[in-house]
Amino acid sequence: MMSQNQRLRQAITTSQLYRSIFRHDYVDSLRNRALEVTSNIFLHLHPVTIPRHALSVRFTFCLGGLTFFLFLVETITGLLLMFYYRPVPDYAYIDMKTLEYAAQFGVVLRNLHRWGAHLMVVTVMLHMLRVFLTGSYRPPREFNWVVGVSLLVMTLLLSFTGYLLPWDQLAFWAVTVGTNMAAATPFIGAEGPFHEVLGAQPLNDVRFLLLGDMKVGSNALLRFYVLHCVGLPLFAIVAMMVHFWRVRKDGGISRPL
Amino acid sequence: MESTDRVQKLLELTRRELVSRGLAISGWSTFAAVLGTGGLETVRFFYPRVVYQPPSTFRIGPADGFAPNGDDSDAFGVLLVDDRWKSQSRFVVVRERNRIYALSARCAHLGCTVNWFNDLRIFKCPCHGSEYHSNGVNFAGPAPRPLDRLRITVNLDGQLVVDTSVTYGPDRFDIDGAFVSV
Ligand code: HEM
Ligand code: FES
Repeated sequence: MMSQNQRLRQAITTSQLYRSIFRHDYVDSLRNRALEVTSNIFLHLHPVTIPRHALSVRFTFCLGGLTFFLFLVETITGLLLMFYYRPVPDYAYIDMKTLEYAAQFGVVLRNLHRWGAHLMVVTVMLHMLRVFLTGSYRPPREFNWVVGVSLLVMTLLLSFTGYLLPWDQLAFWAVTVGTNMAAATPFIGAEGPFHEVLGAQPLNDVRFLLLGDMKVGSNALLRFYVLHCVGLPLFAIVAMMVHFWRVRKDGGISRPL
Repeated sequence: MESTDRVQKLLELTRRELVSRGLAISGWSTFAAVLGTGGLETVRFFYPRVVYQPPSTFRIGPADGFAPNGDDSDAFGVLLVDDRWKSQSRFVVVRERNRIYALSARCAHLGCTVNWFNDLRIFKCPCHGSEYHSNGVNFAGPAPRPLDRLRITVNLDGQLVVDTSVTYGPDRFDIDGAFVSV
């Protein structure tokens, strides 16, 4: 005789709904464990089996994983911030302040996003240091190092564009200084070396491209906002997919020396 | 000869081969042209044709409004530095014995607004600490050159007019428009 529980369980696991979602049994067998991973779009990015050494925390310190975790934190908290934030000079600063007082846990949310961003810069650099110190950039993993560099740049650009959004004094002058540095780029910056070769001027150089204007103003705020919330995260997600996939294709985490 | 070989090969093509080759070439070049112009125009898209900016000229009153208290100038010949327009319009007015000029308050390093410290008689930048004498010449910090001077003129009413859209570097400090004689 089946108990009440067993019958309930059988009713669920044999239902069409359940079977349409889970294509294999739950019984703990090697085959089912493998199916568990390969039949799930999120899990299948991971290999079904990994060598024992890949579990050694003291080899990777999971720094890349922590960076990814922080990216998820930034995505979720950032999405929530967007519900209260308008990227217009008249509103941006007041919206940030309003969020802190008018929204439940607004201060926590904003600080999670801000500290998470700082932390992400730290962990991504430590991750890079680990890869360097363990020699994990060597063939066949050279290309993944290159992908990693673009992820580092994405992280820094996300931080830089996000920095302008609160539209306070710190934000305004930091971005004034940062974009004036862009004007010193060779060839394409109006104040850079060789600027006369292509005829770079304040009205057509790379700084103008960044700001959409001659100075930090409403165009710059909108540009940075779109890049911060859509353009750069999208690019970062694609680069991360390639990054994780390449870890697998290049033979898994490199071996401790 | 290689080129005649090529011509020979073309002549030997069947009509069908010639047509399909022609179609391929024109097709791919159309594709490349559309993609190329599309890309260029997308870059161009990010350069707005119009940007809105506040007026760049400021009437700052007649020249005798910049009369110094006493007659003592500092080591740089400056009698008076007036920073009333600094926070709104980013310039300061400097009075020497025989002339008046307008200094841009935009730091020559990376563009922060410099502050005037009257007791020290210097300008200091809050961003990376560049310092300038009362005449705008840099003497400390990362600033590579003096503060820019701005176009200053007298209008028909006898008012001084500063135009922040016209700047003069050190080699043009003494030309007409960079100062007003008094
Ligand atoms: C999809 C992902 C993201 C979304 C939707 C998003 C959205 C936002 C929004 C709406 C703001 C303005 C509110 C505010 O200033 O707090 C903001 C600020 C900011 N973001 Fe993000 N963000 C994302 C990811 C990131 C990442 C990955 C970083 C850095 C690694 C980052 C760094 C920053 C910084 C430094 C600020 C300024 C925060 C502050 O002053 O409070 N963001 N973000
Ligand atoms: S911007 Fe003034 S010292 Fe750098």
